[in-house]
Formats: sequence, structure tokens, C-alpha cells
Amino acid sequence: MTLRGRSAAARVLPPLLFAVAVLALWQLGVRVSGTEESTLPAPTQVFSAGWEIRDLLVDNGWVTIKEILIGYAAAIVLGVGLAVLLASSLLAERALYPWLVVSQMVPIPAIAPILVIWTGFDLRPKVIVIALVSFFPIAVNTLDGIKATEPELLNLLKTLGAGRWRRFRVAQLPSALPFLFSGLKIGAALAVIGAVFAEWVGTDAGLGYLILTLNNQVATSEMFATIAVLALIGIALFGLVLLAERLLMPWHHTNRRESR
Amino acid sequence: MTAAPDKLVVEDLSKRFESGDDGGAVVALAGAGLRVAPGEFVSIVGPSGCGKSTLFNIVAGLIRPTAGRVLLDGEEPRELLGRVGYMPQKDLLMPWRSVLDNVTLGLEMSGVGRRQARARAREELGRFGLEGFERRWPGDLSGGMRQRAALLRTFLAGRELMLLDEPFGALDALTRQAMQEWLLEIWQSDRKTILFITHDVEEAVYLSDRVYVMSGRPGSVQLCVEIDLPRPRGFELHGSPQFVALKQRLLTPLHEAARAQLEAQVVS
Repeated sequence: MTLRGRSAAARVLPPLLFAVAVLALWQLGVRVSGTEESTLPAPTQVFSAGWEIRDLLVDNGWVTIKEILIGYAAAIVLGVGLAVLLASSLLAERALYPWLVVSQMVPIPAIAPILVIWTGFDLRPKVIVIALVSFFPIAVNTLDGIKATEPELLNLLKTLGAGRWRRFRVAQLPSALPFLFSGLKIGAALAVIGAVFAEWVGTDAGLGYLILTLNNQVATSEMFATIAVLALIGIALFGLVLLAERLLMPWHHTNRRESR
Repeated sequence: MTAAPDKLVVEDLSKRFESGDDGGAVVALAGAGLRVAPGEFVSIVGPSGCGKSTLFNIVAGLIRPTAGRVLLDGEEPRELLGRVGYMPQKDLLMPWRSVLDNVTLGLEMSGVGRRQARARAREELGRFGLEGFERRWPGDLSGGMRQRAALLRTFLAGRELMLLDEPFGALDALTRQAMQEWLLEIWQSDRKTILFITHDVEEAVYLSDRVYVMSGRPGSVQLCVEIDLPRPRGFELHGSPQFVALKQRLLTPLHEAARAQLEAQVVS
């Protein structure tokens, strides 16, 4: 237990110390150079500004969190579903894979205005944009993972009388899990970016909207505080993915630790 | 001997692989034949690329032969898949399953309940040297343990005929010897029928009732030698004149083939 606690501390402490060092340098730099608050506020100014608009941050943050959670969930369903479909049929893969790639060549933030025209100013266009930007790495990684299953293992299952579905469930799905989680991590980062883009196009709530409004008022400290909250949301989402990875792939964790 | 039909008869088996692009074809097997009586331990030795694995894949039902047939208990089954126990070269333990859940795979696939499957596996853990390791991940096991777990998975699948493809090929010499002795003990008490692939002549002589020597490409059976050494066999058998003579007899054609192949390569 103490050993585990110590190794956790060893993992958490370095990035925390690094952050503290950067913030201290930032604070010092701003103070020494006498930079205007509207150009680059010091961390303490950002913090107090954030505290002052805390109600705004909580209300708009909640809107953005909702969009991200729904959009990201949709991306997982869409990404994994597509990967399974493409893996199960060579015809489907040949027909759809190129278009999957093409879909990522379309600048998705640019189609956000069209989505607003089609679906209105509510949650829907944001959820769609978030799902569109984050499903791709999930789909591609999961597909690669399913295909990376050892062919000999599939043969072994055949000789044990396992049909296609069983081979998928017993071998291909678990083989794909590490790949799926790589996709989920990239997708989590993209989901937050997608949310901000979507909110810039057309909305009256959310942290992206708040950033635009604060920018117009040259409320730089408040804007930085909002960005910090967005980053925290992204970190929390990433943390959730890591937690799920640990719970769903306990063997992965122990193996990695032993090989170090 | 009784009139019971052979467990396995392989008749005149051939396999061509069309390589597609250039219209060429590779003949992996050309008229290979062998037989294994119930409860026998039979080995196939041959250089790499002699079609041993192709023969195995056909008997396991994974690929279809171009010509020839495979008889199980005197009959030609419509489907070989699921009839024969199969252990490939790699142990193929799934890293995401505990040792216990890996070895029960065969039972699980044939619809045995989880509880019952685990109970059956637990009975055998001791004999397979896995006692106390059933809840570990395969990644925690040594090479020898992994092979024993893979073997237990094959045993528990419950097929009367088992194909073992170089199961000890990746182990160091000492572990290998110990594993051979252990496998003989298991086989002696269970009397399953085993068809064993190896490129190690000594291993084949030590373990088998009969050894087939396969030649290089295209693969066919070149020599069949009955190993009439007494059982049970111990380590000291390796030094007996009989053992050495049998080994020599099997090695001669393999050695000649290897020389011929080398000379052909050196000249060209």
C-alpha cells in the first residue's frame, strides 16, 4: 500500500512541480516587465478574476460539459460501430474506408455554420461537431486493433469450434482494447476543441461563447480563467479515459509495470 | 493388436498454394501419408519448410487439401474443425485472461458452464505445475509454464487426438528435457493419441512410438521408423546404444537432404 502510494506520488508530483514552476516564472515575468493586465495577466490576476465570475463559469461550464459528454459518447458509439462494421466485411471496408478519410479532410469547424442552419441554436449542432471531430481516431484505431489480432489465435479458436461471433468476442474485441483506448485519448482532446469551435459559430451559452464575449470586452484575465476551466474539463475527460483503461485492462497495467 | 481402426490415417495428402500474382504455385505437400493408432505417440521430423505445418493445418481442418484424405477412426469426417485438439507453436495464451480462464477456453467454446469448467481445470492444475498460478496473468509466467498452460488448454478441450506443433521449440535445452519427461508422464497416464511435430530428432526418438521423416519441398514422407525402446523411458535412455542407433538412422536422410540443399545454394 505504501509502495503504491509512493509510486502514485512519483507520478503526480513531477507534473505538479513543473506547473508550479511555470506559474511562478509567469508571475515573476509579468511583474518584472510590467506587462498590462489586458495583454498578459499574471496567474494571481487570472485566479481572482475567475473567482469573481465563478457563477458564469459554472453555468457555462455545465453547458459545455453536457455537449462534450453527449458528443463524445456519440463519437464512441459511431467510432466503435464503424470499426466493427469495417472489420466484419471486406466490402464494407473497401467501400467506406476512403470516405472515412475524406470526412476528416473536410474542415469540420467550417461546416458548423451549416449545421446551425439545419438544426438551430440548441445542443444539437455542437454535439454533431464534437462527434465528427472525435470519432475518427476512435474508429481508425479500433479497426487497426481488431485487425491486429493474432491470426493463429483465431485459427486456434476455429479448431475449438468457435464461430465468427465468438471469435470476435473472445479474441478480436479484447485485442482491440489497447488500440481503442489510444483512439479514445486522442478523441478526448479533440472533443474539447470541437466544443469550443462549435460554440464560436452559433450559441448563447457555453465556455467557448464566454471566451468570445470576454474577448470582445478585452476582459483578458477572465478569458484566461475560462480557458483554464476548459483545460480542466479536458484533463478530467482524459483522466476518465485513463481510469476506464485501468479498470477494463488490468493485465495491461500490471504487464507494463513489470517490464519497466 | 485389436481390430480397432486407426485414430488417424492421412492418405496421399497434397496441397498446392496458388500464389496469385505471377500465376505460380507452391507445392507444400506432395502425397504425404501416415497413420496413428489409438493411444500412440507419433512424431514427424523434417527440415523447416517441409510442409509439416501444412499437414497439421489440414488435419486440424483449417485448410483443405488439394488431393488426398484424412480419416478419423476409419471415417472421413465432413468437417475436421472442432474434432482434433490443436496446439500451435506459439502458446497463444490471451494476455487479457487469467491463467485459469485461458486453460478453460476449450471447455467454454464447447458450451460447458464457467463454474464446471473452472472446477475441471482446478483438478488438473497440480499435474500441469500451475497450482497457485491460476489467477495470474500469462505475462507473469515463465516460458515452460506458458507451454504447460497451453498444453492444459489443449488437454481440457477433450479431443482424443491432439496435434502438438513444436511445443518445446522455444525453450532452453534443460527446460526442454524436463518438459519432455513430464509430457511422457502425462501421456502415459491419459493415453491420448498424440501427433507431434519437431525438428529435433532426439526429442522425436525419446518421446515416440513411431517417427515419420519428411523431406524438403515438396513435402512427403521419406522414412518411417518404429521406435521399439521400452517404456517408461528415463533420461538415461539417451546414452543407450539402441537410442543412438535410432537417432543416427533418422538423422542420415535429414543430413543428406540438408547437404544437398546447401550445395545447391552454394553452386547457384
